[in-house]
Amino acid sequence: MKIDADIIIVGGGLNGPALALALASGGLSSVIIDALPLATRRKPAFDGRAYALSLTSVQMLKVLGIWAAVQAESQPMLDIKVSDGKPGKGAAPQHVHFDHHEISEGPMGHMLEDRYLRAALLDAVKASDLITQIAPAKVEAQEISASHAEVTLEGGKTLCGRVLVGCDGRRSGVAMRAGIARAGHDYHQSGLVCAVSHQQPHNSVAYQQFMPSGPLAILPLKGNHSAIVWTETTARAAVIAAMSDNDFMAELHPRFGDFLGEIKLKGKRFSYPLNLTVANKFAQARLALVGDAAHGIHYLAGQGLNLGLRDVAVLAEVLLEAARRGEDIGNALVLARYAQWRGVDTAALTASTDLINKLFSNDNPLLRAARVAGLGIVNAIPAARRDFIREAAGLTGDLPRLLKGLPI
Amino acid sequence: MSATDSRNTIDEAEVAKFEAMAAEWWDPTGKFKPLHMLNPTRLEYIVDQIAAEFGRDRKSLKPFEGLRLLDIGCGGGLLSEPMARLGATVVGADAAAGNIPVAQIHAEQSGLEIDYRNTMAEALVDDGEQFDVILNMEVIEHVADPQAMLNACETLLKPGGLMICSTINRNPKSYMVAIIGAERVMRWLPVGTHEWDKFITPDELFKLIEAAGMEPVDKKGFAFNPLLWSWSISERDLSVNFVTTSVKPQ
Repeated sequence: MKIDADIIIVGGGLNGPALALALASGGLSSVIIDALPLATRRKPAFDGRAYALSLTSVQMLKVLGIWAAVQAESQPMLDIKVSDGKPGKGAAPQHVHFDHHEISEGPMGHMLEDRYLRAALLDAVKASDLITQIAPAKVEAQEISASHAEVTLEGGKTLCGRVLVGCDGRRSGVAMRAGIARAGHDYHQSGLVCAVSHQQPHNSVAYQQFMPSGPLAILPLKGNHSAIVWTETTARAAVIAAMSDNDFMAELHPRFGDFLGEIKLKGKRFSYPLNLTVANKFAQARLALVGDAAHGIHYLAGQGLNLGLRDVAVLAEVLLEAARRGEDIGNALVLARYAQWRGVDTAALTASTDLINKLFSNDNPLLRAARVAGLGIVNAIPAARRDFIREAAGLTGDLPRLLKGLPI
Repeated sequence: MSATDSRNTIDEAEVAKFEAMAAEWWDPTGKFKPLHMLNPTRLEYIVDQIAAEFGRDRKSLKPFEGLRLLDIGCGGGLLSEPMARLGATVVGADAAAGNIPVAQIHAEQSGLEIDYRNTMAEALVDDGEQFDVILNMEVIEHVADPQAMLNACETLLKPGGLMICSTINRNPKSYMVAIIGAERVMRWLPVGTHEWDKFITPDELFKLIEAAGMEPVDKKGFAFNPLLWSWSISERDLSVNFVTTSVKPQ
């Protein structure tokens, strides 16, 4: 048995390359197997997809040498304004207003378009001697033995590593082949995602409006552009997604309002079903799950990628620390450290996001009164507000080194 | 007798038996669970001490290249394998003959080259062996004459070489924890694994090490936290498991 790389990563989206780079920073080698061709991953055209990167995610990208390549394209978020809206009646008078001056770390986060982040990660992967990328390639089988993990690709090629990592999304084949079951919840909601251009500058402010059918987020992009994440019931979303661009904008306009002047659609529209899917285990001997493969989460507050990068930072730190003391990095006890570290805060975040969503996606007048009052209370207590902001910015919890802006 | 020769003299039924034993030694939830639980903490201490003494980069993945290391009482190789992975040239010695093929089989599965021998420190002296580092971990409480064993270690070390020695303290608490707790209550270890009167206090160990001609330079405790269910290195709590580092003067 010949070891091809220390770690075999299945999935070449964002978490896979980020993990390979984090491991390489400490000298561990990896192979990334991606089902999509590189040319598809690297489409330079604007497509409207963007991420709300928390401060800790940005710090991690800085350490990995990615931030310098994308900073010019990123849009800082200086304020987040949250309100409880009701169509036809305007926003409720109480609203939570998160201002970056209340935390000492600078802006609350950065918006970054998918196309820039993806290209920067792929460039860095290509430049690393410790990373091999195989794409397009499909995994046909995997086998875990006492000393290594082996995957067989379509066509018969095999690859051997000490650890197999599934960065292959909410329908993770790595988890499925390992017999790891998933638990889930369907929200019967879908996210409609697009970008708009507007007449007035957004002044680096993000808006989150809670509507009875689900939240509408307006997130500032570079220039007079904003990303829209509009949540509707699945049935309603299907109808809206099928509309022409003009009809779509006619639906969006009353929800969006006039505060940024005239708005126009920019780029493509996307629609994603919102559901929560959590793997029963995040790790076992010689195997770990990262990102959506471990916990596919409703992307309320844009936490999906931030959570995935947190997995990456923790797993890379656990594996490198183990390697530096000579441990077998695929040992069940080593990988259990990753599962334990991540298990705790993923559970907390999925539970709270789930709860917030259920509370806000409801037109029950009693609940509505309670949540409006609740937002007023959060506004009135500075300490509670600071905690809220720091949580949204990803600054709480037992942070791995990369998220603190330190090399592993 | 080299490692390869001894392997060839074992028949296939024996190999199957040793493979099963290797699996047992290396099962983190099995019979040797307490050692597996303690291992990362022991390794952290060992790697820090060796890296500091020999000026090696703690962040390198192969910091111990060029160092010749002896693991006395190597058992199934729980410390020998990490040391080999970090680049050291490792000789693993164990007085129990049955442990040797078990350790050899597992090292082969792990793709590591380790020279395992059924021998003791005193016999290695007769062979004229020399080492940069000696790991003498959880062994001294099991030997008949600790002073003779430490004398042999001193002879085996090159001048400037390092010995890391851990054992169990002798006091009422260690009796409760190591004998009553680990053997009788938790059943982590078979009854009779340890004899309390063979346990050694840190002061006694330092005296034995000095009498052997080495200079003790560090001592720390391995403390078990029953709430977090984990081990940590402690500056102050040497009341049960403790570890020492000594240097052979140049």
